[in-house]
Amino acid sequence: MRFLLLLALLLSCSADRDTRERLEFWALGREGEVVAEMIPEFERRNPGIDVVVQQIPWSAAHEKLLTAYVGESTPDIAQMGNTWIPEFHAMRALEELPPAVVDRSDYFPGIWETNVIDGKLYGIPWYVDTRVLFYRSDILAAAGFPRAPRTWDEWRQAMARIAERRLSHFPILLPTNEFEQVEVLAMTNGSTLLNADRTRGAFRQPPFAEAFAFYVGLFRSGFAPAVSNAEIANIYQQFAAGDFAMWITGPWNVGECKRRLPPEIQGKWATAPLPARDAGAPTGVSMAGGSSLILFRGTRHRAAAEALIRFLSEPAQQVRFFELTGDLPARRSAWNAPALVGDPYFPAFRAQLERVQPLPKVPEWEQIATAIFDRGEAAARGVTSVPVALAQLDAKADTLLEKRRWMLSRRPSSAASRHLLPASGEKDAGAASAPLSRLRERVARSAG
Amino acid sequence: MRAESRAGLLFVAPALLLILVFFFVPVIAGFALSLTDFDLYTIGDPHNLRFLALRNYGELLGSDIFWTAFINTLYFALVGGPLTVAVSLGAALLVNAKLTRWKSLFRTVYFAPVVTTLVAVAIVFKYLYHPRFGILNRALGAVGIPGIDWLGNPKVAMLAIILLAVWRGFGYTMIIFIAGLQNIPDELYEAARIDGAGAWRQFRHITVPMLGPTFLFVGVVVAIGQMQIFAEPYVMTRGGPLNKTLSLVMLMYEQGFKFWRMGYAAAVAFILFLLIGGATLLQMRLQEKR
Repeated sequence: MRFLLLLALLLSCSADRDTRERLEFWALGREGEVVAEMIPEFERRNPGIDVVVQQIPWSAAHEKLLTAYVGESTPDIAQMGNTWIPEFHAMRALEELPPAVVDRSDYFPGIWETNVIDGKLYGIPWYVDTRVLFYRSDILAAAGFPRAPRTWDEWRQAMARIAERRLSHFPILLPTNEFEQVEVLAMTNGSTLLNADRTRGAFRQPPFAEAFAFYVGLFRSGFAPAVSNAEIANIYQQFAAGDFAMWITGPWNVGECKRRLPPEIQGKWATAPLPARDAGAPTGVSMAGGSSLILFRGTRHRAAAEALIRFLSEPAQQVRFFELTGDLPARRSAWNAPALVGDPYFPAFRAQLERVQPLPKVPEWEQIATAIFDRGEAAARGVTSVPVALAQLDAKADTLLEKRRWMLSRRPSSAASRHLLPASGEKDAGAASAPLSRLRERVARSAG
Repeated sequence: MRAESRAGLLFVAPALLLILVFFFVPVIAGFALSLTDFDLYTIGDPHNLRFLALRNYGELLGSDIFWTAFINTLYFALVGGPLTVAVSLGAALLVNAKLTRWKSLFRTVYFAPVVTTLVAVAIVFKYLYHPRFGILNRALGAVGIPGIDWLGNPKVAMLAIILLAVWRGFGYTMIIFIAGLQNIPDELYEAARIDGAGAWRQFRHITVPMLGPTFLFVGVVVAIGQMQIFAEPYVMTRGGPLNKTLSLVMLMYEQGFKFWRMGYAAAVAFILFLLIGGATLLQMRLQEKR
């Protein structure tokens, strides 16, 4: 017995002396659970690398990543919602990536673009997320639309006809607490949401103002109910009951609808790309969501981390990841998988992904977006008028972006330093020095 | 300086030093931080720090979300505070009553929630509050009252949080009340009984006045605790629905650790500090007058 214990002790000691390169990888939520199943294959192919996956729940992920960076306990590589990249870039928490790390041409351009700030690449798309139109095909057919509306005119017509013939309680559902609804309409109408410098709101300008008026109009004409998600008890039950005929939502609801809609409704719902502003465009423009893989600044395992990114980006692994999680692949070639091509609901996403656009790449965007749904709700409920709401949005955005304007005004106006944050071409010498002292050094260097 | 007073100073020095390092320094640093715009950009480059004087406070007092959080916090404190005091006093009187048996058992049972982990408690309460399967709605259904979406309905979510907070917190103040009750000499009650005072008059004219200092202590402790409410809504509702359970500390946490606007968050913290200080002073004044 004592001999066995001694043996176990010896074995555990030798296990501690693992000579493999240790790569720390933080992944979020369900993706974190699933990716752990894919790692053994990577380690088999790269015997010199030991990947340690830490799973972080989505609800705590953002704060955890932020505090980890400030507290200097970041992993080498992490999954990150692609809308967070501007924020971490502003803190200079991210390592720039060489574009050649993967085959760029295979990626959807709008999704790729979310990882690029001022011409530099900071992340590789891992999986994608966007919004499309979900609709009750039986109701639209009864309204004289055998296929989904393709332009805003057709869309409004379809809604008017559904309302007129009382084919459903409300033609469309646009939850008032989701800023995504306004965002996709505005982007479809050509709005950039902020000005070119990303220092002021562009909400009173025609592209946004028109889309906002269209959105508010849907509530005022009674096509959409002014309710937030909190007031909807069971959205699937209501979709099945015909409380609303159309709905703008994301890929997770394909699985939910398949599972939760009663059998008699199966086959009576469909997905379509967002309607275009007019016949000049193939589809509307949706948002480029999803997660990217990023390297934290100061990682000492760059090569190993890039190898892991390459592995997870392989089309075969992307397909496997889709099968395990239901998350849509970021690469076009992975979309040839039978599970995606053969499904009636995913082709709409495939078409939409060719026309997605990143949200404005400023750390303040989430706060501005909160104001968008707040003002949108106020206008939809008739508490404020459209022009007042738009002016309030611009005022709010301008307040939040005041710091960016100040930072921009301080920089010399040469073309090279138009970027809000100074170019970071040179590599850091000390890999893991404190962020603040490291940056003070850098500032001194660039000033000298 | 006399040798005696020097020795006295030496004895209090460790405590004073601790207060200085762990109270005055952070408070002053926090106030200094609240006068700046320390944020994400500052972490990226320290030169992006500006001195704003009182602009954070101006922006804060002009924002709707601050007043929502302020009113929610006051609502929680003004409903939850007195309720905690009333429930714990009631429990203390019952536990301390002459007729009660197994006093120590009840004392332990009522005190147990104080020392349980809040997250575990919150999960259990989430089950209790569940709109369809929760025992609360089952009970309401049994007597024919339609169920309530306790945590999802903007009108009742804060009440649900208050119930949880009172249940979890009253044990602590109960123990303090029991200590206060046990300090009241029996002779007073005896004399009152001889004079013909009933239970209510004994309570009104002996128990309550004799508990005066205890009330002050409990009032201050409860008020401070209530105004700092954070964990309950953070775990149960994340401030929702419609920001109806967003408290000042949650607002501070959100601005500080979600958006990393440390200067702005420090301004929230400082306002909260003034608020709690003000409430404490007010209570002490009221107590003095009596």
